Amino acid sequence: MLPSPRDGTGRAIGATGASPVTYLAGSACTRFGDHGGQGTLDLMAEAADAALADAGIERGDVDGLLCGYSTTMPHIMLATVFAEHLGLRPRYCASLQLGGATGLLMAATAHLVVEGGGADRVLVVAGENRRSGQTRDASVQALAQAGHPEHEVVLGATIPAYYGLVASAYLDRFGATEADLAELAVLMRRHASTHPGAHFREAITVADVMASRPVAEPLKLLDCCPVSDGGAAAVLSREALNDHCLEVIGTGQAHTHQHLSAAPSLTEFGAGPSAQAALEQARVPVARVRYAGVYDSFTITLAILLEELGLASRGASGRLAAEGHFSAGGPVPLNTHGGLLSYGHCGVAGAMAHVAELHRQMTGRAGDRQVPGELDVGLLHGDGGVLSSHVTMVVAR
Amino acid sequence: MSDEGAALTYQACAGCGARWWFRRERCPTCGRAGPLDRASAGEGTVEAVTVVHRPPSDDWRPYAPYALVLVWLDEEFRAMGLADRGLAIGERVTARSAVRAGNRVPVFGRLGTSAPVIR
Repeated sequence: MLPSPRDGTGRAIGATGASPVTYLAGSACTRFGDHGGQGTLDLMAEAADAALADAGIERGDVDGLLCGYSTTMPHIMLATVFAEHLGLRPRYCASLQLGGATGLLMAATAHLVVEGGGADRVLVVAGENRRSGQTRDASVQALAQAGHPEHEVVLGATIPAYYGLVASAYLDRFGATEADLAELAVLMRRHASTHPGAHFREAITVADVMASRPVAEPLKLLDCCPVSDGGAAAVLSREALNDHCLEVIGTGQAHTHQHLSAAPSLTEFGAGPSAQAALEQARVPVARVRYAGVYDSFTITLAILLEELGLASRGASGRLAAEGHFSAGGPVPLNTHGGLLSYGHCGVAGAMAHVAELHRQMTGRAGDRQVPGELDVGLLHGDGGVLSSHVTMVVAR
Repeated sequence: MSDEGAALTYQACAGCGARWWFRRERCPTCGRAGPLDRASAGEGTVEAVTVVHRPPSDDWRPYAPYALVLVWLDEEFRAMGLADRGLAIGERVTARSAVRAGNRVPVFGRLGTSAPVIR
C-alpha cells in the first residue's frame, strides 16, 4: 500500500498499530435513468458483478453480504433472496433500512463487520427500478411514509413538502436565497454532464431552476432529485485486494428524530455530530477533506449537510458552489458524478453512487472526469428520513 | 363538512414536564408512564411554511396547491398542520379543525382575522 497520508501536524492519518483495517476495494454503479424491463434483482446483480470485477474477486470469494430494501420489490429478507439469486453462501448476511442513509449505513456496517471478524470480503449492493417499476404517485406515496401516518401523512404531506418546510426555515434563519440553492442544482448538473451514466446531462442555469415549476415551495422541480432506475455496489475487505484500495478510517452516526414535527430543531440537524464522530475516529480535521460525496436529495438537503458537516459556513454553500469551491478543479470537489440531483436517485443505490464516484476519483481512475491534485482524504455523508438519520464515513488513500 | 371541534391535543409528562404532540404510552424524555392528555388552545407561531403543488394522490388533487406549516404552540410543543395561504414564518396563528381528503385535521389561520378563506 501507499504510505498513509498525514494530517496537518505530521501524524499518520488512519488506522495504526494492530487495529484491523477495512479497505474499500471495489465499487461500481450502473447507468441511472430508465431501465424498463429490468427488476430490482437484475439491477443489483449488474452492479454486484461490476463491483466484484473492480475488486478483482469472484462471486465465490464473497463471505459477507449487506443489502438494503427496494420499494418496487418489498421483501422481509432481501439479502438472502439476493444471495440465492447470485449463488452466494455468505457467513454474514443482513438487510438494512435507514431511508436515504441506507447506502452509506451498509458501507459503514461492512466496515464494522470486517473489523469485528464477521466476514473478510463483504459485498454491499442495492438496486431498484424505482422509475419504470411503479407509477409516480406510488413512488411519492411510498416515500411520504417517512412521515407520521396519523399526524403528518394525513395532511397531504410528501417528502418534498417536509423538505420545503425545512427550506423555508433555513432561508429565513441563515439569509440565503432560493437562487443560492439553485446554484447547487446547477453544479450537480454540470458535473453530470461529464458522466455518460447520468440520468440528466443537459446543462441548466440558475434561471432555469428558478423558472421550473413549483413542487413544494420554496422547492421547484430542479431543486428535487429525479426518480431513477439503477444499481450500485461496493466491496469492503480485510485485505488490500488490489492497488486501488481506499482505507476506511472513521465512521459516525447521529439519529435525532424520525418525524420533522418531533425534530429537536428546524435549523440544526444531526450531520454535525455524525461527522464529528467520524472525523475524531479518523483523527483528521474537516479542513483536510479533499473530496466530498454528500447526499443531495434536494438542493436544501445538500446546503444543510455541507454547512453542518463544516464544509461551508452557514448560509454560504450556494455562494461557494457558484465560486467554484465544490467544482472539479476547486478545493473540495463534490459529487463529481452529478449526485442524486442529476446522476439520479434510485433509492438505496442512489447514495452508493457517491461511494463509487469517490472511489474512482481518489484512486485516479475517473478518466475524463478526474479531478486534479492529491485526493488523500475523502468524506461521505448520507441522511435518511427528513434529516433524521445521519451516517458519515471518512476514507483515506 | 363542519369546521368545528377541538383542533389540537397534546400530551404532557407529570414527572419531567415534557410536552409533545404524538400520542404515546410513555414520556419520550423520561419514560414515565401515563402521560396527561391535554387540549391545546391552538395558538402559536409559524416556524416553517410550504405550499404543496404536487399532491401525493387523487384525494389531494382538488385541494392543490395547499399550504402546510409547522407551528410552535404556546403550550410549548410543535405541530404540523394545513394552513391558509400567505402565512409567513414568525406570524401568530390559531388552529381550527377541518376535514380534508376524508380526515379531520388542524388548519392554521392568521390570529385575529375572521372568516378564514380556505382553498
